[in-house]
Amino acid sequence: MTGPGSLVTRINRTAAFKALGLAVLAVVALLLPAIAPDPATTDKAVFTVMFVGLATAWNIMGGYTGYISLGHAAFFGFGAYAFGLLLVHLNITPGYAPFLLVPVAGLLTASLAVGIGWVALRTRAATFVIVTIAFMFIVQLLAENLVKVTGGGAGLGLPYPREWGGDFFNTPFYYAMLALAIIALVLSWWIRRSKFGLGLLAIRDDEDKALAVGVPTRTFKLTAFVISAALVGMIGSVFAYYMTYIYPQFVVDPLIGISMVLMAFLGGLGTLSGPVIGALLLEPAQLEFAYRFGASRLYLLFYAAVFLIVILLLPRGIVPSVTDLFRGWRRRRQMGP
Amino acid sequence: MSLLEVKDLSKRFGGVVAVDSCSLSVPAGSITGLIGPNGSGKTTVFNLVTGFIAPDGGEVRFKARSIAGLGPDRIYTLGIGRTFQLARIFPRLTALENMLVPVRRAGLRALLSRGQWGHEKERAMEMLAFMDISQVAGTIGGALSYGQRKLLELAAVMMAGPELVLLDEPAGGVNPALLERIAERLRQLNAQGTTFLLVEHNMGFVMNLCHEVIVLDQGRAIAKGKPKEVRENPAVLDAYLGT
Repeated sequence: MTGPGSLVTRINRTAAFKALGLAVLAVVALLLPAIAPDPATTDKAVFTVMFVGLATAWNIMGGYTGYISLGHAAFFGFGAYAFGLLLVHLNITPGYAPFLLVPVAGLLTASLAVGIGWVALRTRAATFVIVTIAFMFIVQLLAENLVKVTGGGAGLGLPYPREWGGDFFNTPFYYAMLALAIIALVLSWWIRRSKFGLGLLAIRDDEDKALAVGVPTRTFKLTAFVISAALVGMIGSVFAYYMTYIYPQFVVDPLIGISMVLMAFLGGLGTLSGPVIGALLLEPAQLEFAYRFGASRLYLLFYAAVFLIVILLLPRGIVPSVTDLFRGWRRRRQMGP
Repeated sequence: MSLLEVKDLSKRFGGVVAVDSCSLSVPAGSITGLIGPNGSGKTTVFNLVTGFIAPDGGEVRFKARSIAGLGPDRIYTLGIGRTFQLARIFPRLTALENMLVPVRRAGLRALLSRGQWGHEKERAMEMLAFMDISQVAGTIGGALSYGQRKLLELAAVMMAGPELVLLDEPAGGVNPALLERIAERLRQLNAQGTTFLLVEHNMGFVMNLCHEVIVLDQGRAIAKGKPKEVRENPAVLDAYLGT
């Protein structure tokens, strides 16, 4: 059964093809600041890799369990503020040291997610979506109104490493975002192939049935929610350090929340590579729109169009649709004319 | 000895009394049938025993331990499995993945239950072969026929080795050939030590398979005994045919 065209050969070939693609992507990702060091490119790369991490992190909850959270921007903003406030109040010298605060911001975000998840995950379906949206606006309102803590609408300025000038400034942030995206991907991969991950997929398919076969659904959902939120919070903290100034409407931004969802939907909900593909396609396109049309927010029309296309033509996303097409083509080829 | 003991169990839905001081027991090692006219409270008793709904009153004891008020996942890990009236499987998971979902350990420990994947997969394949559906191990649940779903649901519920399995209409919507196969598999599993309590409308199936039959009417157990005795019980005839 190992001759040309046999199942084993085909599986080996597919695995080799995937491994090669992954290796090329990894080399390009690692060497990007050396290949294209100009700040305009590395800036786009920082945001693209940021959304790879965000969409992957969101997918751990939304994609695997089917609980669509539209409020993850709150965790992004909370991580940003947690990091910013720690940095300001602990008087840490800007440079590489502040990156050590990123896991702390992640832990703080995880603590918040335990409380929010405890309440929000008592609901299902549309109610859960609405609860997460409401939670996001509460966090945004708090950020705007707790002026003594967050600086309110005037924003919170962070110290930044002045010695990282010129082409180099973006590079440490790029690698920090890349590291977080890789952590999110490794976690997502591990969860996908674990018994825990299978439980999450079972919840997505039929939650009551999952309960009937012993899956502790509340524990599983809450764990996925907290992991997902902590990753998003850590990414938010690196974003805060990169931007050097944070405003409530920019870090607790519904569009950030919607973007990570859209990217996961476009690539393929509940798949490992889907959110990565979605982010790699959408974020550079969105940045291009923003650069070309400035603050006109024309890119929102583009987002709306993509949303419609995905829902109407690719409701399952690129990865599952392309996989099905490929399988169909292979079957037809085997059957012959 | 009774494996499951239900005493004075009650459940109301608004003004409707679905289960009314119901008491019944299921002997260890038996196949017990729970029959009764439509709306007599059979599925509600199942839902109460397996923790899907909380009782308003009464007691449920499994191996002499009170389980009333526990959640369905906890009850499953204690050793009570169940199937549903319309076969429920995970439609986007393969048949093999469906088999690997059941969890043996409760709560937080379940999170770390990587299990012995290799061993679990082996056991899952054995169980699929036992049900004669190993050829669909790699097929997603949604693409299976109704009969295959019925068999898969039963196979999956057996994965954690429950001592008691509650089957809600195992013969519902199933052709005669498959019906015989299901009955045969249930007898074999019973011989290996699993106790069954089943709700069923197919009287031939119940009378052939069950060692004992309990009859519910208006939320109460009105008769209990060997299938033949129950069939001739005037109270049962009355409940089914009316007077």
